[in-house]
Amino acid sequence: MDLSVQIGSLRLKNPLIAASGCFGYGVEYADTVDLSLLGGIAVKGLFLAEREGHPPPRIVETPAGMLNAIGLQGIGVHRFIDEKLPELRARGATVIVNICGTTIDEYAEVARILSDADGVAALELNISCPNIKEGGITFGCSLTGTFDVVSAVRQVTRLPIIPKLTPNVTDVASFARASEEAGADAVSLVNTFLAMVIDVETRQPKISNVLGGLSGPAIRPIAVRMVYECHETVKIPILGMGGIADARDALEFMIAGASAVQVGTANFVDPLIWPKLLDGLSDYMKRHQIARIRDLVGTLDTPKTVAEKSST
Amino acid sequence: MQYTAAMAIDIAAAVIANRPLSNDYNVLSLAAPEIAGIASPGQFVMLKASRRHDPLLRRPFSVFEVLRDRRGEPSGITILNKRVGVSTGLLYEAQAGQHVDCLGPLGHPFLAVDPPTEAWMVAGGVGLAPFALLAQLLRERDVTSVLFYGARNARELFYLDFFQGLGVELVLTTEDGSRGERGRVVAPLERRLAVRPRDAAVMIYACGPEGMLAATAKTAARHQRPCQVSVERIMGCGLGGCYSCVVPMRGDDGRKHHVRSCISGPVLPADQIVWDF
Repeated sequence: MDLSVQIGSLRLKNPLIAASGCFGYGVEYADTVDLSLLGGIAVKGLFLAEREGHPPPRIVETPAGMLNAIGLQGIGVHRFIDEKLPELRARGATVIVNICGTTIDEYAEVARILSDADGVAALELNISCPNIKEGGITFGCSLTGTFDVVSAVRQVTRLPIIPKLTPNVTDVASFARASEEAGADAVSLVNTFLAMVIDVETRQPKISNVLGGLSGPAIRPIAVRMVYECHETVKIPILGMGGIADARDALEFMIAGASAVQVGTANFVDPLIWPKLLDGLSDYMKRHQIARIRDLVGTLDTPKTVAEKSST
Repeated sequence: MQYTAAMAIDIAAAVIANRPLSNDYNVLSLAAPEIAGIASPGQFVMLKASRRHDPLLRRPFSVFEVLRDRRGEPSGITILNKRVGVSTGLLYEAQAGQHVDCLGPLGHPFLAVDPPTEAWMVAGGVGLAPFALLAQLLRERDVTSVLFYGARNARELFYLDFFQGLGVELVLTTEDGSRGERGRVVAPLERRLAVRPRDAAVMIYACGPEGMLAATAKTAARHQRPCQVSVERIMGCGLGGCYSCVVPMRGDDGRKHHVRSCISGPVLPADQIVWDF
């Protein structure tokens, strides 16, 4: 049984990736999870410099989900390379570094620095964080901004680049297309949905940033729809995510068109989810006699295709 | 400070017993021998109150007691729960035989002292939770211990016999004056510190509401006494993955940093926390 998938020039041993912002820098989980078991680890978003993020409270739970506004607290790219990357390498992790910038130059600079580091498998471009005012989503909500960031990073690195798209736009597929045209190797989607929770007793927002990003099982059907739309639109691979909590959820994304999937919030609930997800994928492949999981990607059987089949 | 979580064990723990202490508080006993065997005072577990998606996230609870079987082997843990929201409400109503996912033990424990240093524990409300285990450990070390314990009223002062049985001196306060001194628990602590000879060492341990922790930290600092606080924060994962549970702390560089209380705490040195209230 072959669980491997191909993301541009990058071969992943399986399609399961820890989603950025939900797995620290990976090393936090090294004693709990065999990091080499995962197809990849998208580490927490990195700017050039350290950032302290927003004051707490930073999360609030919602029905079948959660809202977060962490504010991209992070140690910066240099400390990451010095302090975290060697252990990730030693543990056999496939490291996808999520990079951020307040300017296009910063994205390019962070990308250039990481391209020279040993043990980086790919770069995920965070152009979709809903929780910071400067940079990030400003690029992710504009087609030219998306194109420009991806183009700039493309010029400084040979690593696979994967823009992470926001769902907070009218037509996410057009952003996937802009990414593809600018030279992206893949796209990942969706980041969180901009949302809000209010304490009616105090009339105050429940998180310090007022607005935050919604994740968890509550968003999954919308995320699946968006992956489907992107798969219809672009040829580059899609890394699908949004509320995946078990193997069936992951399979749903793959059938909709995702070549690989990312798991975020569910890792908070169950940090030992990874072997369970792998077992679930294997069981499904056995039951459906699928030898290579990549053959499952985008195999949605719509009423239209059913009709075509019956007419032939 | 260490930035890597300890090895965590996840157990679908059977509820052995659920003993209500009041309309809001209960003690939940969970069969979790693997966790019980390695838990230290001040460490916590992440409990999932529902096995479905709502409520979704786990909640952190101090390990309250370690249960032992007839041979004295660790067999389970208890948690001291106070019903404040959906998850704690479900745990208040948990039935014997049902299973609760229990991840732990997590975080850095209290650092226990040795004689002749005295241990003064300061607990507010459900903040009593980490002190049962700590009191036992201090007893094993023959440390003279005092528990300053404040609650809303006499009916919410729990486990007094337990602490007395360990030789812990009790100093009680209630907000309504129904037992002990009326008022806040930091007041008697302040008076005791004021008359304590400078060369008589004391370690202060505190757990409770944020205002109480800040007041305890300030009192300890004023009297130049070391103080370890166990903080409680809204926590997403307990393992350092989500960056939700941060506490502002002064770093070696003199600047304020957001430190994850799950893996650097929950027990933190009070004098490094930035108490900006």
